[in-house]
Amino acid sequence: MTQKKNKKLAKTTNIELLKYYKDMLLIRRFEEKAGQLYGMGLIGGFCHLYIGQEAVVVGLEACSNEGDKRITSYRDHGHMIACGMDPRGVMAELTGRTDGYSKGKGGSMHMFSKEKNFFGGHGIVAAQVPIGAGLAFSDKYRDNKFVTFTYFGDGAANQGQVYETYNMAMLWELPVIFIIENNQYAMGTSVGRSTKSPSLWMRGSAYGIPGAEVDGMDVLAVKAAGDIAVAHCRSGKGPYILEVKTYRYRGHSMSDPARYRTRDEVQKMRSNRDPIEQIRDMLISGKHSSEADLKNIDMKIKELVNDAAEFSQSSPEPDLSELYQDIYVET
Amino acid sequence: MSINILMPALSPTMDEGTLAKWYVKEGDLVKPGDILAEIETDKATMEFEAVDEGVIEKIFVPEGTAEVKVNQIIASIIVENESVATSNELNVEKEPVGKKLSTDKKVLEITVDTQSNKKNVELKQSTVRDALRDAMAEEMRLDENVFLMGEEVAQYQGAYKISQGLLEEFGSKRVIDTPITEHGFTGIGIGAAFGGLKPIVEFMTFNFAMQAIDQIINSAAKTLYMSGGQMGCPIVFRGPNGAASRVGAQHSQDYSAWFAQIPGLKVVAPYSAGDAKGLLKTAIRDPNPVIFLENEILYNQTFNMPADDEQTIPFGQAKIRKTGDDVTIVSFGIGLKYALEASKELSQLGIEAEVIDLRTLRPLDTKTIITSVMKTNRCVTVEEGFPVCSIGSFISSTLMQEAFDYLDAPVICCTGRDVPMPYAANLEKLALVTTSDVVDAVKSVVYR
Ligand SMILES: Cc1ncc(C[n+]2csc(CCOP(=O)(O)OP(=O)(O)O)c2C)c(N)n1
Ligand SMILES: [Mg+2]
Repeated sequence: MTQKKNKKLAKTTNIELLKYYKDMLLIRRFEEKAGQLYGMGLIGGFCHLYIGQEAVVVGLEACSNEGDKRITSYRDHGHMIACGMDPRGVMAELTGRTDGYSKGKGGSMHMFSKEKNFFGGHGIVAAQVPIGAGLAFSDKYRDNKFVTFTYFGDGAANQGQVYETYNMAMLWELPVIFIIENNQYAMGTSVGRSTKSPSLWMRGSAYGIPGAEVDGMDVLAVKAAGDIAVAHCRSGKGPYILEVKTYRYRGHSMSDPARYRTRDEVQKMRSNRDPIEQIRDMLISGKHSSEADLKNIDMKIKELVNDAAEFSQSSPEPDLSELYQDIYVET
Repeated sequence: MSINILMPALSPTMDEGTLAKWYVKEGDLVKPGDILAEIETDKATMEFEAVDEGVIEKIFVPEGTAEVKVNQIIASIIVENESVATSNELNVEKEPVGKKLSTDKKVLEITVDTQSNKKNVELKQSTVRDALRDAMAEEMRLDENVFLMGEEVAQYQGAYKISQGLLEEFGSKRVIDTPITEHGFTGIGIGAAFGGLKPIVEFMTFNFAMQAIDQIINSAAKTLYMSGGQMGCPIVFRGPNGAASRVGAQHSQDYSAWFAQIPGLKVVAPYSAGDAKGLLKTAIRDPNPVIFLENEILYNQTFNMPADDEQTIPFGQAKIRKTGDDVTIVSFGIGLKYALEASKELSQLGIEAEVIDLRTLRPLDTKTIITSVMKTNRCVTVEEGFPVCSIGSFISSTLMQEAFDYLDAPVICCTGRDVPMPYAANLEKLALVTTSDVVDAVKSVVYR
């Protein structure tokens, strides 16, 4: 295990390691803060936290180029922060304020950034899968060399539209990476209670789509697998599937009684497999960083998140005239 | 430094809850992720975790306290200075500790069916949630062919706790958890109904039924006709419909008018617990596809209802919830909340409204509406859905065709605004129909 890690580490610079550490920690602290603001009633509605899954999006974003696109479900805060969207704008959307990415009209599940090629934020399970393939279609049509990262859950993987999409994506050799974030549960339903297929990525083989399973708690493993997937797509060979085995520590949304799993199960993941702790250990044991360095980083990230939280509360509610804005593009 | 721990909001619709149990006591050291307390919301019992590391300083609200308001201070914790989450203290209205909380657990509207002239009906109290569960359980006891399927209906006990206890009583053959495949499981349910079973298909919310709209309309609603009357589809599609609270455009839509448009479907939208139960029993027994539109905000409301368990309520019969001579207010489902509140305000202004609860939208009891309008000469409709091609616009056109000579004012349709539901709290409020919309509409039709 350590040997394998060291090998991978050999190819990873300490600058990269440190970046993964920072990016994952920012997502975690952001999500913890969002959880607090929800508890205080400042965030309403549904709010799905990404805590535990940070390595997935951070590892994959590290494989992306300028111009690549990404799309995901309602569990989207991590994806937005990882692709460089401003935590202030994301948090202000969570509190429903005018400076949020959707001017307060979208909320946690419906946020977008054209500038960062982030196409949402989708509240209907699996609806983003065909849309992601459509984005890839548009790039292929225009001979761009971009790929689209299309994220969805293990639960979403049972939706029929996913398979209609697989078929067409392969048929048309679309540059789309299907990333199944298998966090083992769809709300309260474990994977084993929703399917008998032994693996989710292998379902692509019915359509001729290659893929792989990846340890999603290990950001380096995600990065390595992501590189292969991206190279495959960019070279024009069509789609690729990554089933990333991950775990969410918090409830499905803020209102989840979590009776479907034991606290022990969660605690074990947290203490043995935590993606951030793993990198932290590498940084320290490899003498890339000192405890003091990391403490300093932690403080800076906390400040950034506190700033976003304060911003999200001082930004005003949207103007009432917003109610009738943005329904049609004016002609 | 000491930080207050506030009663958390644990669901979109929660504004108060019961502090069921403390897992810590004063002086305990807690780490992020440790369970502090168990909190009962309207939907579920949930554990509440610590976010900061520190020592519990004081517990202000003892366990077992009910109706603790969200954001009330329940405890305080001493934390190490640097990592303090300062915004914990920002912008939160602090409830004075130990303030006597008003116990306004409302029992809504007693009105026993005004049309079934039964006197001295024995009453009991029930929430809409329990009434729905009881209806399913009773029908499942009576008919082996009735079964329930949907996402999280079995082991999770229902995403909105409607199917609580059903798995235990009826087992996994008849209470079936499905994967998240609305299009797929709706088709399977319809096939089962064609095969002679009587499925109840729960949509976690009706927003997700849009993925299955093709199956519902093209398969369930039309096959009887297309088979020359051979193949009926005895199935119930049920679940919460309409806006909950702050869940944004994709999760807040009233589909009443959509489904009511389709020949071949029956469409039900109850308001009270008694109606929910009696109408759901009728729906399950009905040999046709029935769309049964519930409302999340009503689930937790308590009503008086007949104690007689076996009562079913026929489709196509509206209920007059309040009599009056000055104006007719027609509504259904959650719309009744606004209609009834408005009628109270109007009474104080000396305007007596007759409030009609449609209960079923297809078939629609136009007779009761017309009879009332012939008496009041004015009509206002109330619904949460969009204004274009709404239930109200159909009622309005019906009145023009069938009671034109009786109308002293144009019919006004109070609806939600013609916009996707915004997330921002202030805009959401603006987008929904309100009691004052109804009061204003009535004032304008009575020319006051
Ligand atoms: C079509 C549809 N059906 C049901 C829901 C309600 N719902 C929201 S998330 C969810 C579970 C999805 O699980 P998964 O795909 O594994 O993603 P995760 O939440 O684990 O990230 C369900 C059933 C929905 N939003 N859309
Ligand atoms: Mg999942």
